[in-house]
Amino acid sequence: MMQFMLLFSRQGKLRLQKWYVAHPDKLKKKITRELITTILARKPKMCSFLEWRDVKVVYKRYASLYFCCAIEQEDNELLTLEIIHRYVELLDKYFGSVCELDIIFNFEKAYFILDELLLGGEIQETSKKNVLKAIAAQDLLQEDEVVEGALREIGLL
Amino acid sequence: MPAVRGDGMRGLAVFISDIRNCKSKEAEIKRINKELANIRSKFKGDKTLDGYQKKKYVCKLLFIFLLGHDIDFGHMEAVNLLSSNKYSEKQIGYLFISVLVNTNSDLIKLIIQSIKNDLSSRNPIHVNLALQCIANIGSKEMAEAFGNEIPKLLVSGDTMDVVKQSAALCLLRLFRTCQEVIPGGEWTSRIIHLLNDQHMGVVTAATSLIDALVKKNPEEYKGCVSLAVSRLSRIVTASYTDLQDYTYYFVPAPWLSVKLLRLLQNYTPPEDPGVRGRLNECLETILNKAQEPPKSKKVQHSNAKNAVLFEAISLIIHNDSEPNLLVRACNQLGQFLSNRETNLRYLALESMCLLATSEFSHEAVKKHQEVVILSMKMEKDVSVRQQAVDLLYAMCDKSNAEEIVQEMLNYLETADYSIREEMVLKVAILAEKYATDYTWYVDVILNLIRIAGDYVSEEVWYRVIQIVINRDDVQGYAAKTVFEALQAPACHENMVKVGGYVLGEFGNLIAGDQRSSPLVQFQLLHSKYHLCSPMTRALLLSTYIKFVNLFPEIKQQVQEVFRQHSNLRSADAELQQRASEYLQLSIIASTDVLATVLEEMPAFPERESSILAVLKRKKPGRVPEAAGDVKEGKGAPAPISAANHQAAVAQDGRGSPQVHNAVSGASASASASADLLGLSTPPASHPSAATASAPGHMGVLVDVLGDIYNSSTTNASGTASPTPAVNQQQNANNNYDAQGSYNPKKVSSPSSLANKLNLQLKPVEPLLEAGAQVQQLLNAECVEDYTGYVAQHLIYNVLHISDTPSMIITFIYNNVPQKLTVKLPLTINKFFEPTEMNGDAFFTRWKNLGGNQQRSQRIFKATQPMDNASTRAKLLGFGIQLLDGIDPNPENFVCAGIIHTRTQQIGCLLRLEPNKQAQMYRLTVRSSKESVSQEVCDLLAEQF
Repeated sequence: MMQFMLLFSRQGKLRLQKWYVAHPDKLKKKITRELITTILARKPKMCSFLEWRDVKVVYKRYASLYFCCAIEQEDNELLTLEIIHRYVELLDKYFGSVCELDIIFNFEKAYFILDELLLGGEIQETSKKNVLKAIAAQDLLQEDEVVEGALREIGLL
Repeated sequence: MPAVRGDGMRGLAVFISDIRNCKSKEAEIKRINKELANIRSKFKGDKTLDGYQKKKYVCKLLFIFLLGHDIDFGHMEAVNLLSSNKYSEKQIGYLFISVLVNTNSDLIKLIIQSIKNDLSSRNPIHVNLALQCIANIGSKEMAEAFGNEIPKLLVSGDTMDVVKQSAALCLLRLFRTCQEVIPGGEWTSRIIHLLNDQHMGVVTAATSLIDALVKKNPEEYKGCVSLAVSRLSRIVTASYTDLQDYTYYFVPAPWLSVKLLRLLQNYTPPEDPGVRGRLNECLETILNKAQEPPKSKKVQHSNAKNAVLFEAISLIIHNDSEPNLLVRACNQLGQFLSNRETNLRYLALESMCLLATSEFSHEAVKKHQEVVILSMKMEKDVSVRQQAVDLLYAMCDKSNAEEIVQEMLNYLETADYSIREEMVLKVAILAEKYATDYTWYVDVILNLIRIAGDYVSEEVWYRVIQIVINRDDVQGYAAKTVFEALQAPACHENMVKVGGYVLGEFGNLIAGDQRSSPLVQFQLLHSKYHLCSPMTRALLLSTYIKFVNLFPEIKQQVQEVFRQHSNLRSADAELQQRASEYLQLSIIASTDVLATVLEEMPAFPERESSILAVLKRKKPGRVPEAAGDVKEGKGAPAPISAANHQAAVAQDGRGSPQVHNAVSGASASASASADLLGLSTPPASHPSAATASAPGHMGVLVDVLGDIYNSSTTNASGTASPTPAVNQQQNANNNYDAQGSYNPKKVSSPSSLANKLNLQLKPVEPLLEAGAQVQQLLNAECVEDYTGYVAQHLIYNVLHISDTPSMIITFIYNNVPQKLTVKLPLTINKFFEPTEMNGDAFFTRWKNLGGNQQRSQRIFKATQPMDNASTRAKLLGFGIQLLDGIDPNPENFVCAGIIHTRTQQIGCLLRLEPNKQAQMYRLTVRSSKESVSQEVCDLLAEQF
């Protein structure tokens, strides 16, 4: 089971955090700070996995963003790398060549996509097509509401 | 500003832009505070906000929270959004709650109600939103509220696949919070059969759930094994086109495959030969595929493929039943060891560690030894090097131990600091476990200390001493080797410890050689003495007293060292105590007594190496058990139980009991444990190894007054007192640590001061079990002031019975009555209450107490260095209040305190005037009672 996922920039700014285990805020901040420092200090060719406290940390850098997951001892490191990759692919497909700014300005979308991919720290849907379908359905609902609202405003409904 | 998708919130985007444009942290905080104030006023305002505005503000709060600021409002607005009929508003409400609401919030009831509504919605998107929220929060209340609902959703035929997926994982989350949510009975089979579901997404989610259920109740869910094997078989034999979107970079359903392989690791290999055969086929297919040329050059392809492969190898290792598969797995991993991907090398080393513990593949792993050694030396990433070290440790056996240990020692010189300590432990364990020739073992450990002394923990050098003591074939060699090692101009303190101990025990074995004559040995050790910590010095003092026994010809030189002021009057209580006791021992005791008391240490009982425990603590779950078996050391002496030990001791009965009593105070703790660990830091236990070895010694049976002696020595030396000066009463704890079963007949405290000091002891049980520890509280009340501490060098010398409070412990052991007399550290100053006062108050009282009847003065020469800090420490330790800035001469010390007795309270003022030029002190004590002034003055004058 994944314990948490963090997205942070090369400058060490946290962009997204998702916790699948309950920790007090103080501890979350401490973990985040320590982990960001640890990972930023690592060199590019180093192993993507590290033992950290009692979890295994798997991380990968995409452009200016680091994606970092903490998993438990029995979880598969390589496949966790691919969960990260799948998430990146989804963001990329959704935003159209995603960049850090997309995630900053649409952080709520980044959360919604993540919730379709992972739930309770376990993989929920591995099919890219299915996840995008679910997100598209959400957006459609929203757009209908916008249209409905607009029509109501001008008195057509 | 990039395009905002869906129904964008302009205000939010503007706010985020503002924050990003802030030039400084302060500007950012200012902007945020402004926004918070704005939102707060909006939420509090009379105007009702519409859904869009609420959504926007809640979203801003969320953003501010994610920037790392605390948010303490807005929860209610977010909860309101949950019941909005607009999906986008609902969704933001749920997001806020998932991120920000803690599980015991008051709002949880409202939230649960909203979730209930959405859960029964006909729109699956709403249902999923509710399920995701439950899974994100996963509290106990949620488990109670939805424990019935969700299992139904999961197995119902009407539920859509997307909802089933979420329901499975939602249930898993609730199950982790509260194990009762899963209904048993017919549900079991229905849940298991989700493994056969048409929809791969449902199967993937369900497998995670089943894996958790199996862990709790493997028997009930046993049926999942054959279903999992069939499913796995269908996947691995599928072509990558069969599974369409569940194929990931040409690898069919890697996530599901890994989950299924994981699930099977909860069980032993299937008993049904058909199922078992099919499983083995699957595993073979996976191994075969690893050999096929890759279908894509992308790292995603190789990662997904190898993820499945590693999980398959995990299962092969777990089953540990197919030698053929194990060897194939090992060869496959061997190939990875030279792969250009660091990740693969790392994982291969890790998996190989497990393979090394299987009897079927241990030999196959050993074939890769050279590559692994290279990895340890050459890998750029320390975590990979660490894995290589772990693997070398796991693959080590009798045949390759010397080589591996040597390579690890070589590497240790340049190894990363982060892994040194662990490597030292590993080398120490391997050297012990596989030593056929113990001279090799001694060499290895001494090399360890030489190369990485700072990282050699106490356990390591304790252990080498245990082994040398237990094996007489290596003692001479050990003495010779440490002697040589100590000749290095700079040698590590740990080397001095080992050297001191070994020479103290076995120095006589090399004394025949002129180059290592007794005097040379003694001088060599003593040349290190002043560079060492007090603990090591204490050990060396014990070595010296052993030398007095081993080499009577250097008795003079040794006694001189004991007599040195830096020892006899050391500010360190332990050193002081040892120096004075050992000096007395060397003067008083006859050669026979000395020989008995300082006899060679008896063999240690066989036990598991404590080093292993340290390693296990350091790396829980990562120390292979197979390597952990250290009990097979060849030719080790038969275990000697503590009981045997004492039986022998009791019959023996040599030596005068007085002397035994005399030393028992110091050695009590050390001897009771009969353990090198007793050597640990003083004063918790006294490392008086020399006295500990004495046979016929009471201390072997009882560990008395570990605590109280601390305070007694403290008292004598005048350093900070651990015993708080409680009003009118003194508390002291007695520790009884019994090693044999014995019968304390009476614990009493006769005292010639009975009318002046009221002592009360809480009674203890009449019979103490072997090994039991009893604490006995001693309450002392001062009825009237008394005198009672003779000169400090007589403290433990029972030959001079002095008029001090003491305790006699009598008990019966082996039907022989035993008696211990123990002094209590109860001098009059223990009843001090420190008193604060200002300069005026002090000098007014000082003048009032000016009469000859009240004053006591002593002028004496300093016997210890006159340094300010230690003087302060001594005065504070004396229990009296040190008053700073009162005396016009800053060099002087001025103190005040009240001695509480039952009959009266005696105010006491004190002034200590050092004269550094003359190396003299003048001590003046004034109190309302002459005898008290006298006594306090006498007690304190001894200390400087």
